[in-house]
Amino acid sequence: MFLESVAFILGTTLMYATPLLYAALGGTVSENAGVVNIGLEGMMTFGAFVGAAVGYFLQDAWLGFFAAGVAGGLLALLHAVACVTFKANQVVSGIALNFLGPGISLFCARLLFDGATQTLALPLDAKISRPLNGVFPQNGFWDMVLNQYATVYVGFFLVGVLWFVLYRTRLGLRLRAVGEHPRAADTLGIDVDRLKYLAVVSGGVLAGFGGAAMSVAVVSRFSATLICGQGFIALAAMIFGKWKPQGAAVACLLFGAAQGLVVFMGRADMQRLLPVPSQLLAMIPFILTLAILVGFVGKAVAPATDGVPYEKDAA
Amino acid sequence: MRMVTSPGKERRRGAPLAVTLLAVAMGFVVGGLFLAAAGYDPFRAFSVVFRGIFSRPSYMAYTVIYATPLILTGLSVAFAFRTGLFNIGAEGQFILGALAAALTGAFVELPPLVHAVAAAGAGMIAAALWGALAGFLKARWGVNEVIGTIMLNWIALYGNNFVVTRPGITRAAATATEFVRDSARIEILGVWETSEAGLAWRAVNPLWSDVLRTPFNAGIFLALGLAFLCWWILNRTTLGYELRAVGFNSSCAEYGGIDVKRNVVRSMAISGALAGAAGAFHVLGWTRQAAELAAMEGFGFDGIAVALIGNNTPLGCVLSGFLFGALKYGGSKLQFALRAPTEVVNIVMGAIVFFVAMPRCVPLLTERWRRRKGDEGGSASGGQETKRKRDTEEALAEATTEAETASAGEKGRGHVS
Repeated sequence: MFLESVAFILGTTLMYATPLLYAALGGTVSENAGVVNIGLEGMMTFGAFVGAAVGYFLQDAWLGFFAAGVAGGLLALLHAVACVTFKANQVVSGIALNFLGPGISLFCARLLFDGATQTLALPLDAKISRPLNGVFPQNGFWDMVLNQYATVYVGFFLVGVLWFVLYRTRLGLRLRAVGEHPRAADTLGIDVDRLKYLAVVSGGVLAGFGGAAMSVAVVSRFSATLICGQGFIALAAMIFGKWKPQGAAVACLLFGAAQGLVVFMGRADMQRLLPVPSQLLAMIPFILTLAILVGFVGKAVAPATDGVPYEKDAA
Repeated sequence: MRMVTSPGKERRRGAPLAVTLLAVAMGFVVGGLFLAAAGYDPFRAFSVVFRGIFSRPSYMAYTVIYATPLILTGLSVAFAFRTGLFNIGAEGQFILGALAAALTGAFVELPPLVHAVAAAGAGMIAAALWGALAGFLKARWGVNEVIGTIMLNWIALYGNNFVVTRPGITRAAATATEFVRDSARIEILGVWETSEAGLAWRAVNPLWSDVLRTPFNAGIFLALGLAFLCWWILNRTTLGYELRAVGFNSSCAEYGGIDVKRNVVRSMAISGALAGAAGAFHVLGWTRQAAELAAMEGFGFDGIAVALIGNNTPLGCVLSGFLFGALKYGGSKLQFALRAPTEVVNIVMGAIVFFVAMPRCVPLLTERWRRRKGDEGGSASGGQETKRKRDTEEALAEATTEAETASAGEKGRGHVS
């Protein structure tokens, strides 16, 4: 019973953490290059829609997943054009994406799905696969924890990849230099604008993946309220994780664990033991996050020029 | 995150009105392009929206009703921006304001008018405390107000759902509170309009009858009053001076003897009260209840757009609030009239905000064009080289001063970033 409960919570943790993780990683990449990305929510929504729509029409969730990356990247490209080329206010541009993403998604959903604000569901066998299905004994401990959608593994693999790229490669060093001191980087011959473009767009691709991790894995369709705040929570996770991929992963896992606890406490057998109203349970992750921020986390230090447009010719 | 101090500051340097008007025009162009790409005639669609706003008195009344909460949440966000704070929490403050107003309106017995004032006051106070909490978390423990308010939004949402579904509070066969008593309603002639005398008068005054059909309420006048109050506080009082000083440069303000932490809390409290007023007026003037919420309603998030388009000034918020309210109401008719997606409104608003974000788009483009022309002529190259040299020298100088100030500035920076 106890082991089963732990396994249930751990499994749910991984499932809930994954969409947040992609988006938080996206934000991390972008902000390490000094471009604030408050538009994660919009990119996730657009990714979720495109992923579900492409997945539905081609009956292939993976194609949907990659299309979602492209969609998120396209929206991010707008952000990059505004922020890098036209030195826009990055917060304002990000907010604009949060209107454009859902706006375009629902606009297209209504056109493609006969006036509905949701896509039609993917058949179960066309969803993202569970590669470890059947490896462990059914409903055993390891099965409950590790038998996840492939997107979960990809997400956590990407944490390692990003850590390696940011801290162990030349590209990563340059990216961080651009975020910390663009003028110094520029003087050394680094193309600041190009790197910023690269970071923002790949951040958008990741956020788009995050949306699809929701719409073609956790559930099997896009609906108007599917992405409802996850982008902002991912933003919080990124800050919470101190702008580092591994930090973001820990933050997302923590948030996922709180969500897992909520689902666990809400189960019928737990409610008989400890009847807590579901609405109060639902507050747990958010209160926990605040409590941790207040009690345990020191001051977060953003990349030095996060949010400041770089101007080559500034006098 | 350096996001806190920047919004709006840059824009006031340029020609804000021209930029905003251009952005609004571009927003409609983008929306039109989407409609055209989807096979709708954009001109017809926008004329449907336009007629949906202006062609009947009741439509205009509805436009005003839609605009009221947006003006207020816009003011809320703008007020915090002026102190260098990004209040994403208007959403949660709106929810609490609505809840407190609904409870006071439904379960307290007071004479008319007094009751309305009490209910609205309760809403504003509840939301002010919620906003102040975010400010306090920032001032005391350095919790970034963006994360703080996002978390508080969700706590408010679930808290609202908890309270609303309690037995004794929830209305029979509904997932909402009991209706607000008539004594607390702020709908203009709301009770009279269905009385016998009212119906008789309406029969001979069809035009006004049409307006009375709508839940037209005093909220808009109160909102305009609060907008004026914001302007007055910001520009004519010591409090406003301190708040703006913190917004411009908190280290500098602190050096000048201003208590930065206290002002962060105060600013968030006022910002919260404004969002709470939006929720309270919405309930007392229109919905008469606080309902269980499946998801965020978006009044607070829309307020961010309103504030940004309005250049973070009270007058700007009023105007952009009307624009957004009109688009939202008029746009809702597209689906019925043309079967065209209503969501084009969000695209238009998003595009407007997007263009508002880059006030220097036009100057930068012209500069680039001029430079390209100069490069072809080969005349500008000499000048550029000197400039580049100067840049390097400045960069070096800047780096040195930065290193010097880094240790000294560390303490001050902690409050804002």
